[in-house]
Amino acid sequence: MTNLDTLAPGSRARLVSLGGERAFRCRLMELGLLPGTILRVVRRVDVGGVLELEVRGCRLTVRRGEARLLLVEPN
Amino acid sequence: MAKPTRVKRVALAGNPNTGKTTLFNRLTGSDAKVGNYPGVTVEHQEGRLELPLSGGVLLVDVPGTYSLSARSAEEQIAIQAIAGLSPIERPDAVLVVVDATQLTRNLYLVLQVIETGLPVVVAINMIDMLAVRGLSIDTPTLARLLGVPVVAISSQSGRGLDELRAALDFLLRDPSRGTPGPRWLPESPELEHDVNAVAAAIPAAWHCDEAQRRRALALWALLSLDEHDELRGASPELRGVVAARRKLAAAEGREIEAEIIQGRYSWIDRHAAQFLVERPPTRPSTTDRVDRVLLHPALGFSAFLLAMALVFQALFSGADPAIGLIESLFGWVQGWVRELLPAGLLNEFVCNALIEGVGSVVVFLPQIALLFLFIGVMEDSGYMARVAMLMDRLMKAVGLHGRAFVPMLSGYACAVPAILATRTMERRRDRMLTMMVIPLMTCSARLPVYTLIIAALFPASQILGFLPVQGLLMVGMYLFSTVTALVCAAVLGRTLFKGPKVPLLLELPPYRMPHWPSVLRMVWQRSRLFLTQAGGVILGITCGMWALLSFPRDPAVLARFEAERAALVAEVDPARRESRAAEIEVAEAGELLRTSLGAASAAAWSPPSSPWASIGRSASACSAPSPPARCSSAPWAWSTASARTPRRNRRRCGRNCGPSATGTAGRSTRPWWGSP
Repeated sequence: MTNLDTLAPGSRARLVSLGGERAFRCRLMELGLLPGTILRVVRRVDVGGVLELEVRGCRLTVRRGEARLLLVEPN
Repeated sequence: MAKPTRVKRVALAGNPNTGKTTLFNRLTGSDAKVGNYPGVTVEHQEGRLELPLSGGVLLVDVPGTYSLSARSAEEQIAIQAIAGLSPIERPDAVLVVVDATQLTRNLYLVLQVIETGLPVVVAINMIDMLAVRGLSIDTPTLARLLGVPVVAISSQSGRGLDELRAALDFLLRDPSRGTPGPRWLPESPELEHDVNAVAAAIPAAWHCDEAQRRRALALWALLSLDEHDELRGASPELRGVVAARRKLAAAEGREIEAEIIQGRYSWIDRHAAQFLVERPPTRPSTTDRVDRVLLHPALGFSAFLLAMALVFQALFSGADPAIGLIESLFGWVQGWVRELLPAGLLNEFVCNALIEGVGSVVVFLPQIALLFLFIGVMEDSGYMARVAMLMDRLMKAVGLHGRAFVPMLSGYACAVPAILATRTMERRRDRMLTMMVIPLMTCSARLPVYTLIIAALFPASQILGFLPVQGLLMVGMYLFSTVTALVCAAVLGRTLFKGPKVPLLLELPPYRMPHWPSVLRMVWQRSRLFLTQAGGVILGITCGMWALLSFPRDPAVLARFEAERAALVAEVDPARRESRAAEIEVAEAGELLRTSLGAASAAAWSPPSSPWASIGRSASACSAPSPPARCSSAPWAWSTASARTPRRNRRRCGRNCGPSATGTAGRSTRPWWGSP
């Protein structure tokens, strides 16, 4: 188990748990990022300090600091 | 029951980037109105939709949202507009647009809307993208599972729109077709208790004695209310119950929010196999291939800089021909009216206040239209989300939204379109903060003012033998204005506009060709709004300024200059006569200005002994239609300044920068604050 921000681009993982504030967790979950969801790190964009994720067929960006709050199981 | 004469309302809801605006434009034609939702500055469009049986109904756009849950008053609009909570009128039906390529996530909102008990019809948009993405959707099965009409459409090509109109028409005739009841119910008895407890505290004005609606609003409250939200109208009692249930659940090791969201998604995931077939794509999509370049660490940033340079250059000088044309047109009308009307106060008012005022409004249009054209193309193509992503780190550091970047950049060209462009940000706090700092950026109209002041105060010399002092100072002024704006944003963002921290959860939509009719319509709407709303204010101020600078009129002064003019007739050489006439006009304008109310109040603001007054004097001493000769050896900034049409610079300069160094640079009887 590891933090999402440590994953290399291209790797897939299963979301285990979400940390952070209540509103932040709610927002992620409502976008389909629920525990058990499979996600993929598409790329890291260092200029903007963000990660691009693929979840349920759509592309989302999260800040690296916020990605650290997500625990994932790489697979 | 609704009165028979009442026009039926249909709310148009959907996730962001689902082609909702294009569909709205397709369905309503050209008579849409842009307005604000009552109480908050969230814009919405309303337009008339013609249906075969129901006749004309009002289609009301709801801000794009991933869910009905809300944290801020702006996000609250979605639930208010869909459920019809005060002050927004209740819709007769809700049309939910979903993106065919992201069906499962989009269905989350559909489930929420169905829960409210309002008649729903679902439009699956971008149906033509399915094959490309290796997907297929069984629409009849989805309609059966959801219990509401489902129509596959393409808002870009117009496919399926007749079926959609028909479905909506039938739904309005027979609402029971689209009100199947909640698709999902709490699985655990504990959650059921939570929902019931909160439902009991929902105010009567909200639930209208409808049990289903009451439960839906209870679920909404459980997801939305907490101690940090900025929502309106939630009673302390309701807040208390929600907080108590949450605490109770936490003690039991449960999380209510997760259970609700999970409940909806597990309904979707459980049934997805019945209506959705996914084949893994065999090759990377076009978006992937484009993003490999546009989000590449080096290439992507260069492309970004190039795109921004293009926007900036277009605003800074690309609009010049159109601006020149407008100015000549108004100059011509002014000259024509001046000859037409008898000389006197009316003539001066019409020419110098009215025509001048309208001209100074219209002259902004080319830049406004250009900026919104760029913004429209960037939004519609999907690049704007990438810009926000690339700029997030920098903008977040000073508390600004990533989307504030384009308006701030436009501020270097002109603050007026830049401030208008802040409308593309959803949150009021982000908009206000950006609007507050944009005027601090050095706009192009300030360039000649800097040129004059620097030329007046610093001789053209070099540091270390090759660095021109004047050029360095000009670069310094730009840096100073940028740093000031960023520092102000950081300070204001932490004090006056302090808001809840918003995580960056940006969707990166696939790249698409912009839908030109929608883009052009947006450009037209923005330009029209500027003319009608800001235009009136600018015109009023122009007239007010004219009055301040024209009164009181000293008859002795007028008579003296009239006599001088009369004496000119004796002059034989036509060239000399003309130059002398111009001199008289300038002298008269100066004399009248000195005795005017405006000058008196300006003097009150800055006493003549202050250093600024002396700068003003020395600057106006060297003010001329083009920058002084001393500046000609200076680098880029100077050459840009002198290459630009001086008359436009003075015009905008006077308007934007107020009574400053431009002083009495005007060469005619027209007031200096806006004369071509």
